[in-house]
Amino acid sequence: MDIFLVEAMLNGLLLGGVFALLALGLNLIFGVIDVVWIAYTELMMIGMYAMFWLYAKYHWPFLVAMAAAIALVALLGLLTHFLIIAPILDAPPINQLLATGGLLFFLQSFATLLFSTEFRNIGVRLPTLEVAGMFISVARLAAFGVSLIGVGSLYVFLRRTYWGVAIRAIAQDRQIIGLMGIDQRKVYGITSAIGGAFAGLAGCLLVLQYDVHPFIGLSFGPIIFMICVLGGLGNLLGGLAAAFIVSEIIAVGGFYVSIDLSYVLAFLIFIGLMFWRPRGIFTR
Amino acid sequence: MLELARVSAGYGAFRALFDIDMSVQAGEAVGVIGPNGAGKTTLMRVISGLIRPHAGSITFDGRSIGGKPPHQVVAAGIAHVPENRRLFPRLSVEENLKIGAFVPAARAQLASRLAAMYELFPPLRARRNQLAGTLSGGEQQMCAIARALMSGPKLLLMDEPSAGLAPLVVDQVFDLVQRIRREGLTVLIVEQNVQGVLDVVDRAYLLEVGTIKLVGSAAELREHPFVRRAYLGV
Repeated sequence: MDIFLVEAMLNGLLLGGVFALLALGLNLIFGVIDVVWIAYTELMMIGMYAMFWLYAKYHWPFLVAMAAAIALVALLGLLTHFLIIAPILDAPPINQLLATGGLLFFLQSFATLLFSTEFRNIGVRLPTLEVAGMFISVARLAAFGVSLIGVGSLYVFLRRTYWGVAIRAIAQDRQIIGLMGIDQRKVYGITSAIGGAFAGLAGCLLVLQYDVHPFIGLSFGPIIFMICVLGGLGNLLGGLAAAFIVSEIIAVGGFYVSIDLSYVLAFLIFIGLMFWRPRGIFTR
Repeated sequence: MLELARVSAGYGAFRALFDIDMSVQAGEAVGVIGPNGAGKTTLMRVISGLIRPHAGSITFDGRSIGGKPPHQVVAAGIAHVPENRRLFPRLSVEENLKIGAFVPAARAQLASRLAAMYELFPPLRARRNQLAGTLSGGEQQMCAIARALMSGPKLLLMDEPSAGLAPLVVDQVFDLVQRIRREGLTVLIVEQNVQGVLDVVDRAYLLEVGTIKLVGSAAELREHPFVRRAYLGV
């Protein structure tokens, strides 16, 4: 097999890690609260800016800046829920969609106003490894590894803790959750904070590979929504698998055609699959 | 133990319950019978806090619980087995039981409660790692009752525990109610199976179109001409 194809596939796999992280956060919120945060990758953008300011400008140690950025975006997730979603929890879904859509424009404008449209680079240059004639970026490798740790921690949390089991239960039957002695608002708060933290973590990882600007969310938002829908909205494992399917389509498509066209290809395949399985490829 | 005074409730502008007065003494088993749409389920839901009463007061152990959210009502000692069981189908049997013990006081006794439930419902022990959605109807009802008992309630509310079950299994469910009573639990049970429920309760209320039409001991109701004609078919 062509060594460059293998390299492309490997890069696809690494890209899939961050996609999986973002898709998981968005899917978790949808599955538990039954709302779609259209502004999800804009929260990630705020995380990237937080890293830029704390690390590149104020010279905080990298890991400290990272923890602070994650905490900040987790807090934003909480605020998104309690300020925007909670008051319209019983409203028709289209209203909730429009409200988080409004948040998207708000965050973009807010970032533009505060940080201007300048592309900013955190200034970390991680090396590229050469393995068997293939070039693999350490930034991508690290992003992949940390993403997997994030996904794995969520899995353990959902399996092993009381609140984790409550989150899985509420996604299956939200009406009677109170009868279990569970405060629904607390479950929603915890879920929103986790969703925010995942967006923040993705921001910390992506800021090592991309410049941050107010519209960076748009480079990821559509693809993440596509992944969630492809895997079946709210289906965590489906979203995880779909993240890697889509990242491979993009990477391998980029190898054969061009990286710009590979996104077109991914969306075309997505549309085709939706005709076949409108509720996601993993939903029977 | 449980006292309802002039409770009215409903959904939006629709009123399903009108001025309900009802009481349940500690150690008692009380039934609520009545036709479909009489407001039986609404009555259960208003007690456990799933809906707020429009008017009236609900007190439990001398404390007002009317309008409190359901998780606080559970913490106060009332567990509710909802209509149609409503297990979490994609959680295992044991996870369903675990989630029933969510309130902090119950969490501390998780292991001993689990053991007690497996003692009371042996089929659940055999299926502890199975997804709850794959249980048979009777086993699901056991699991739903066990899940409610996991919170260590003083009062157990049961909404139509026999609905949708095969006749033989219905008898088993009523036997279960008897056994739970012997454990010293107070039970308030809503049923359409009038014959079955009157055999296991001390007293019963007859609810029709949102108001209490009759109240009396199980024996009195069984002999009441109206109940015999309309509900027992004799």
